[in-house]
Amino acid sequence: MTIGQLIKSYTLWEFVKAHALTLKYFFKAKATINYPFEKNPLSPRFRGEHVLRRYPNGEERCIACKLCEAICPAQAITIEAEPRDDGSRRTTRYDIDMTKCIYCGFCQEACPVDAIVEGPNLEFATETREELIYNKAKLLENGDRWESAVAANLAADAPYR
Amino acid sequence: MTSFFTYRLGWGFGVSWFVATLIDILIIALPLMLAVAMIIYVDRKIWASMALRRGPNVVGPFGLLQSFADGLKVFLQETIIPIAANKTLFLLAPIITFTVALIVWAVVPFAKDASVANINVALLYVLAASSLGVYGIILAGWSSNSKYPFYSAIRAAAQMVSYEVAIGFVLISVVLWAGSFNLGTIVEAQKGYLFGWVNGNWINPLLFPMAVVFFISSLAETQRAPFDLTEAESELVAGYQTEYSSMSFALFWLGEYANVILMCALNATLFWGGYLPPLNIGFLYLVPGIIWLLIKMAAFFFLFSWVKATVPRYRYDQLMRLGWKIFLPLSLIFVFLVSGYLMLVRVGVPA
Repeated sequence: MTIGQLIKSYTLWEFVKAHALTLKYFFKAKATINYPFEKNPLSPRFRGEHVLRRYPNGEERCIACKLCEAICPAQAITIEAEPRDDGSRRTTRYDIDMTKCIYCGFCQEACPVDAIVEGPNLEFATETREELIYNKAKLLENGDRWESAVAANLAADAPYR
Repeated sequence: MTSFFTYRLGWGFGVSWFVATLIDILIIALPLMLAVAMIIYVDRKIWASMALRRGPNVVGPFGLLQSFADGLKVFLQETIIPIAANKTLFLLAPIITFTVALIVWAVVPFAKDASVANINVALLYVLAASSLGVYGIILAGWSSNSKYPFYSAIRAAAQMVSYEVAIGFVLISVVLWAGSFNLGTIVEAQKGYLFGWVNGNWINPLLFPMAVVFFISSLAETQRAPFDLTEAESELVAGYQTEYSSMSFALFWLGEYANVILMCALNATLFWGGYLPPLNIGFLYLVPGIIWLLIKMAAFFFLFSWVKATVPRYRYDQLMRLGWKIFLPLSLIFVFLVSGYLMLVRVGVPA
């Protein structure tokens, strides 16, 4: 051990230097955003909570082709369909198990009528597991709530599709 | 206060002493609990700031009520006692830790002659009580009947005992200098260093290294980073607290932080002038002593958090090496130097 090293170790030089560094960081601006009050921008392609959309006249878009059910790699989607009174084919049941879903976006890509879309919402945590098993009513309600944002995102992303 | 009850209210001495002491205890213990809650918040805030994070900021203004929210949450949880655990000791252990963290406060002087028990062997009492602190931890680890808590308890026992040796010698050098075990006398003896300008043993070149050793040992004694091997979460889950939940867990928490505050107070009292102002200038004495003590404790607590945010955890053999091979000889040498110096200056060269 040289004299220099001895002096360094007995004056705790390394520790003093490290503490000076952390003190410098103590006064620096925070790197994190103030999350619940301040949010990061999301890409229009962001794949969040699913919504079932309607046409502007209020008719639901889904035609029960079951392409989303077929492509879903997690088998999270369950669809049952029957002809409606007016003869058009509609779903009687459209369930998504959000605990199974891996948010891959295949359902959205498979959909020929842009009915099932993954919206920008990512804050849908629940207190029970059951609340995460979405039925058709819930998905349509989501669609009504997020329609403007979803439509804007789809329009923004359309040139690249 | 005892005299108030005896002379104004005409009570017997025994009764008035009892009531007065009880009030004194409450005056210290209740603000201490509040201080623990706030200090946990401050600790998290400082730690977060040094990691460029924000820390708790949602519950109450600036997140000030975070600790109370946590406390409420813990309070409402179920107390789980493992079947294999020794129930009595399992429940006794956090109480011991908590109590021991509180009883030392009895001798800390908050201003001149203002402590619950102004006893002459205060420093011995501090040492004895902090040695008892090991019991809480080792009983917790053993009675959990689970391997990680047990490892942790063994580590804690070895660690605390090792560092108490160094702390003992550090305290001896302070006692030699002050000529008393009484904390009040020790504080008063720190008056007027450097031609009467500075208050505090730290300016004394014979005691400054001891101040540093004492500070680092107090980190080890309270199991704070970098000596938090007892709760090294990557190795031991949560150490001796692994099997604890609800209030018994909260008691450990409170005890731990009460210990940290206590160590801040002892650091301030023994080496940094306690309730004396940092400079020996007349008008500074107008500020009450407790304010100076609190300022010094806050500074030391910042240092505690600062170290926690900066230094990585020691390996166990490094911890033992530091305790036995560096601090023990170093403090022994300084006991020798201090006593030698005092021999020359106060007693005179033997014929």
